[in-house]
Amino acid sequence: MDITTYDSGRRPVWCPGCGNYGILLALRKALAELKLAPEEVVIVTGIGCHGRISDYMKTNAFHTIHGRVLPLATGIKLANPKLTVIAHSGDGDAYAIGMGHLPHTARRNIDITLIVHNNMVFGLTTGQVTPTTPIGVKTKSTPFGNFEKPINPLLLALASGATFVARGFSAEIDHLKEIIKEGISHRGFAFIDVLQPCVTFFNTYTVLRERVYKLEESGHDPSNLEEAFRLAMQNDKRIPIGVFYKREEPTLEDAFKHAMNPPPAERLPVKVDLSKALTRFR
Amino acid sequence: MGKDWPLSILVAGPAGAGVFAASLIIGRVLFRHGVNVFITNEYPSLIRGGNQWALIRSSPDEYIFSHRRLVDIVLALDNYSARAYISKLSERGIILCDEKDCGQNSNEHVRAFPFRKVLEEYKAPQVALNTLASGVIFGILGASKDTVSEVISEQFKHRKEYAELNLKLINKGYELGVALSVGQFPQLSKKVEEKKRLLIDGNSSVALGALAAGMSFFAAYPMTPASPILHFLAEIQRDYGIVVFQPESELAAINMAIGAAYAGARAMVATSGGGFSLMVEALGQAAMTETPIVIVEVQRPGPSTGLPTHTAQGDLRFVIHASQGEFPRVVLAPGDPGEAFTLSFKAMEIAWRYQVPVILLSDKFLAESYWSIDEFPSLTPSPGSVIRGEYQGDYARYRITEDGVSPMALPGTKNALVYANSSEHDEYGGGTIDPKMVRAMNEKRFRKYESLKSIAEKEGVKTYGKGDKIIVTWGSTKMPILEALKSLKDIRVVQVLWLEPFPEEALRQELAGSQFVVIENNMTGQLVSVIREKLLVKPHGFLGKYDGRPFDPEEIESYIASLGWV
Repeated sequence: MDITTYDSGRRPVWCPGCGNYGILLALRKALAELKLAPEEVVIVTGIGCHGRISDYMKTNAFHTIHGRVLPLATGIKLANPKLTVIAHSGDGDAYAIGMGHLPHTARRNIDITLIVHNNMVFGLTTGQVTPTTPIGVKTKSTPFGNFEKPINPLLLALASGATFVARGFSAEIDHLKEIIKEGISHRGFAFIDVLQPCVTFFNTYTVLRERVYKLEESGHDPSNLEEAFRLAMQNDKRIPIGVFYKREEPTLEDAFKHAMNPPPAERLPVKVDLSKALTRFR
Repeated sequence: MGKDWPLSILVAGPAGAGVFAASLIIGRVLFRHGVNVFITNEYPSLIRGGNQWALIRSSPDEYIFSHRRLVDIVLALDNYSARAYISKLSERGIILCDEKDCGQNSNEHVRAFPFRKVLEEYKAPQVALNTLASGVIFGILGASKDTVSEVISEQFKHRKEYAELNLKLINKGYELGVALSVGQFPQLSKKVEEKKRLLIDGNSSVALGALAAGMSFFAAYPMTPASPILHFLAEIQRDYGIVVFQPESELAAINMAIGAAYAGARAMVATSGGGFSLMVEALGQAAMTETPIVIVEVQRPGPSTGLPTHTAQGDLRFVIHASQGEFPRVVLAPGDPGEAFTLSFKAMEIAWRYQVPVILLSDKFLAESYWSIDEFPSLTPSPGSVIRGEYQGDYARYRITEDGVSPMALPGTKNALVYANSSEHDEYGGGTIDPKMVRAMNEKRFRKYESLKSIAEKEGVKTYGKGDKIIVTWGSTKMPILEALKSLKDIRVVQVLWLEPFPEEALRQELAGSQFVVIENNMTGQLVSVIREKLLVKPHGFLGKYDGRPFDPEEIESYIASLGWV
């Protein structure tokens, strides 16, 4: 399949140089290489610059409200496990307003992929602080510098029991494409934090370019949880990208095998025999 | 002091003493004798300690809509209850209690028993006091021993080791009841059941109505008094092959349900006012994305945490207006278990026919009380407006149509990509700010309102009795009103079932030329204000109640008397 298969034809309105272009391209390439038909795929997006991606992808899509990408995507997957569900969220969407859903989605291991467009700033609302903005950074809402410690998304995902934890960089498109492919192919919740510059409000391109290194090239074994934790905490001006951790575990869908033949989405509305449920009221 | 029906029995004791279990056993035994039964309860938000009660009112001769203030038999499971309910006793009333709890020797109204000694004798735990004491009631009423054993065996079918002991205790209680030889209570006779009936609560009826309508996905975060819907569906999910899931919050619950519905599953959530507050943003999302969803809102008194385990009808205005923006929605308010079943079914059907959010507005009194009712009607769901199978032509999720309902394909459909968008969108779902398109989409969505309004006019109002003096009400407040109506002549009761769209023409016709008052379980008269807004008429009077309790029929009777209507 060709990457144009997934092009809706709508012209992106992101700023020139925005990291979202790289993520969009990596996603299209990943789907093409996995040979996924557009109708088999659902892209779920939240609110923020990242959310435009559903306009540009020629697949099924749900552009939801701020912060609710994960429960919405979980509902789609539970109702129809045949669909490939890919959730996109920003650092504000996923780690601020939607943070409550992340550890739970990780621990219940629903078979979806989450790609967080992490540019460490609110872009669409013109540059306010987010939970991943580094300390001291001046934004419109922190004119004297950010005073809150940034959260560590990978550490959080690992601690919550995520079965696939990875980090990508929007400027490393082919590397990111491989991570996305692996995440989609992983049976269970795949968490991918993607570092991206916001060229308008927090341009981190040069710093990120200098600091990132690829885990595959450093010989990391993604089955090693302790090592994954250590790498997630790495704080020596070097930023590892790649797959930190990966492990197969039962998924949330497995807990609902009784409801999957056919799955809820394919159930036709027919007359239901209530007699068994009614016996207790006789 | 005749041996007349109806008979009211009150079981009271500390939380954890099996007050509700006893009330269900007593209610079920009466029900199996062919008697009409009503059970209600009141309890604090506690698991242990604190006093709670359950009331069983029954009659073989007349339908029992609700409680009345006085009770005939109080089964007191502790010292406090033995004293606290003396003022509730009817003229023929008696209190049954353990000799230590009664605090005085038996007299005409207080009957002491060596309950705790018997428990020791049978090596039974203290918690079995409820079973032993229930046996006394069955002895007093001359219940069929077979029926009693049947009900006890079913009650303990998952704990067979307790079944035998409880049977012994209930039989011992039965002997004590017979030996009491009180003559002022009616006697049960085993009647042959002519028709199939149910003894059922509002919450279970809501769950079953949705199940009948093909619900295959249910998500809920626990919140009293809606949680029993979650418990019941969780328990039976494997029998019906449905997903029943408790996520991290109401935000997650409704967004999961919307996701499931987008994928094609008939989905429902249930909560109370506080949880619904959290769901409001997603309610707007369901409307904007035109995703069918059913939200059950079981009211309790607010604002805020309010009274978690009590009843109210204070959320009417909230649910009909909740969310930013304007969009069509449906709000249905059942008043009894039969309506809870049919309106829950209807809610799902309407949601999937018109692709709108539907709110089923229940309340604690309906949700957790039991009524004996006729068998539920046999209902078959319709396919709704979903298109299955390969799509022919150029698919647009939000195609502008004459009736405003666009073809709903499901993700996975060949030749149709489904783009649901919570931002304003064009026909294909792509984001738009074009003023012409924005107006066209608003008008498309609101064309559905016209269809919904015509259903509301047809089905939104129900009338009981005849007369040109009218009581207008909604929800379960209907039940104590109908109980009061037994002693009131020439009064008509008008129940509004559809609160949005509002059946204004149907109600206008019903009220034409008559004096009417409104009775509802809130302080400000929310239905009054809707009637004034829609019909431009002012009721002759309003009776509200806002202490967390349902109306007593006696309050309604004296209000009607104060109007000079009797």
